[in-house]
Amino acid sequence: MLYGGHHPLADMAACPYPPAAMPDDARFGLDRQVTLPAQLKLDCGQILSPVTLAYESYGSLNPDKSNAILICHALTGDQHVASTHPKTGKPGWWARMVGPGKPIDTDRFCVIAANAIGGCMGSSGPETPAPDGAPWAMRFPVVTIADMARSQALLMDHLGIEKLYAVVGGSMGGMQALAWAAHFPTRVGAALIIASTARHSAQNIAFHEVGRQAIMADPHWRHGNYYEDGQAPDAGLAVARMAAHITYLSEHGLTEKFGRRLQGRDAKSFGFDADFQVESYLRHQGLSFTDRFDANSYLYITRAIDYFDLAEEFGGHLAHAFRGTRTRFCLVSFDSDWLYPTSDSRTIAHALNAAGAEVSAVELSSPFGHDAFFLDLPEFDRVVAGFLNMGAVG
Amino acid sequence: MLLRPDLAVIADAVRAGSRVLDVGCGDGALLDHLRRAKGVDARGLEIDPANVSACVARGLSVIQGDADSDLTDYPHAAFDYAILSQTLQTTKRPDLVVDSLLRIARQAFVSFPNFAQWRIRLALAFGGRMPVTRQLPARWYDTPNIHHVTIDDFRSLLAERDIAIDGQWFLSGERRRSAAAANLFADHGVFLLRRNGE
Repeated sequence: MLYGGHHPLADMAACPYPPAAMPDDARFGLDRQVTLPAQLKLDCGQILSPVTLAYESYGSLNPDKSNAILICHALTGDQHVASTHPKTGKPGWWARMVGPGKPIDTDRFCVIAANAIGGCMGSSGPETPAPDGAPWAMRFPVVTIADMARSQALLMDHLGIEKLYAVVGGSMGGMQALAWAAHFPTRVGAALIIASTARHSAQNIAFHEVGRQAIMADPHWRHGNYYEDGQAPDAGLAVARMAAHITYLSEHGLTEKFGRRLQGRDAKSFGFDADFQVESYLRHQGLSFTDRFDANSYLYITRAIDYFDLAEEFGGHLAHAFRGTRTRFCLVSFDSDWLYPTSDSRTIAHALNAAGAEVSAVELSSPFGHDAFFLDLPEFDRVVAGFLNMGAVG
Repeated sequence: MLLRPDLAVIADAVRAGSRVLDVGCGDGALLDHLRRAKGVDARGLEIDPANVSACVARGLSVIQGDADSDLTDYPHAAFDYAILSQTLQTTKRPDLVVDSLLRIARQAFVSFPNFAQWRIRLALAFGGRMPVTRQLPARWYDTPNIHHVTIDDFRSLLAERDIAIDGQWFLSGERRRSAAAANLFADHGVFLLRRNGE
């Protein structure tokens, strides 16, 4: 799956930042991939070079390049925000939110989404080749949320976009939006941070560690060197996904959806089959996840999230991350989300207030827990559209 | 859109282009008006989540929070005006809220229903029951108003706290009342306050 399509370096030489993005500009469109000759200095101290980024764009960049919205994906998301996923054949993960006439309106905005570095959908990560030609596997440097944002900034340079109209993200995507606003304050007009946090908690790290240990305990993991023999640590990855998936739901949601109902049987089996619907559901979630995700990437991305503590990067004071900011912020949380509860959003809002930033913070009601931001919630749509369209008060 | 009478008084007095925080901004009617009519940098704080999302959906910067606990994070003198309209009587510590308003803003508008207005006095004196009026439609057990304040009570709080009055307006419905007769006749008071010496 590496390096599909044209060779991007050739593009860079041939067309150095034309004044406007024309419809035939090969840098824009679905299923793009570019390898940038940049030296990306990572938080771990290593340098990643070159930097490959797989990305997509929807809608057109306007002549003054002021209508670009970057959407950052969550842990297991990718750049296929509103296009059919190449591995699952399913619609993009935010197809209900992004498109012509939708809350993030591609008739108006040029929406860009890139696979996070460390990921497994075409951007530099453990699955992609190291300089020696073999997959990086666990030799890939540990990346951080800030590194992801820096790599996306390189992509914006490549696309000729100096300032983003907005950066939007849920969960880990929200962390990237915060990192963007903190590290590139002049390049972000607005930041929409959904169901996210400025600091990954001990409980959240603990859940990630369960997932990582499940992967590493799988005999097929072999210290990450499983790409050659085709036997991936799917069992471990599935368990990691099952554990994590529980944190994306709510007790109320699980009770409502499954209760204690049995799966395809009238009585308990007095065995260890998936007697309960909730077991069957989780097993399915775990198994289907292994069809589209790389176990090593799961290790790297969860690590990046664990390391996220924005205040720590700014001398222990979250408000310092936003000092003098001109970015508009909107924080959205969901009342049943116990992974990144509303109190996490309020912590960010308070820091932004202390920094004198323009900020909105809204808690929406949904029974579906953390995953609510993927689901149909008309009030959420109105908030997203209202915040993004705020730039044009009529 | 027609603003509530106390909000119309405030909207009239706010300087164009100023920075405003509306504490308890409800559905954002005043902020929206100030933004459109006066080019104000308008921010809000509102306790009810449904109101907050309505505000954000109409393009306002509003935070979900509580006047009693969430004013502490704002820096000193961050705003030209803080506005507290018909919210004072619902807070746990109105005195501390007024202090906070004058810490984060140079001036503060405070409007509240006057519980000493003659109709309320009569209803309580002769009816012997907590009054339910057009302005105060809730019953004693479901009212959000937990600190029943009169215009004279408020004046004495200001005197104790060394807070100066830069403007005051007294309303009976849409009609203005004189300051002298306000405590008996006005159903609402609107004050523009400033910390003495600032």
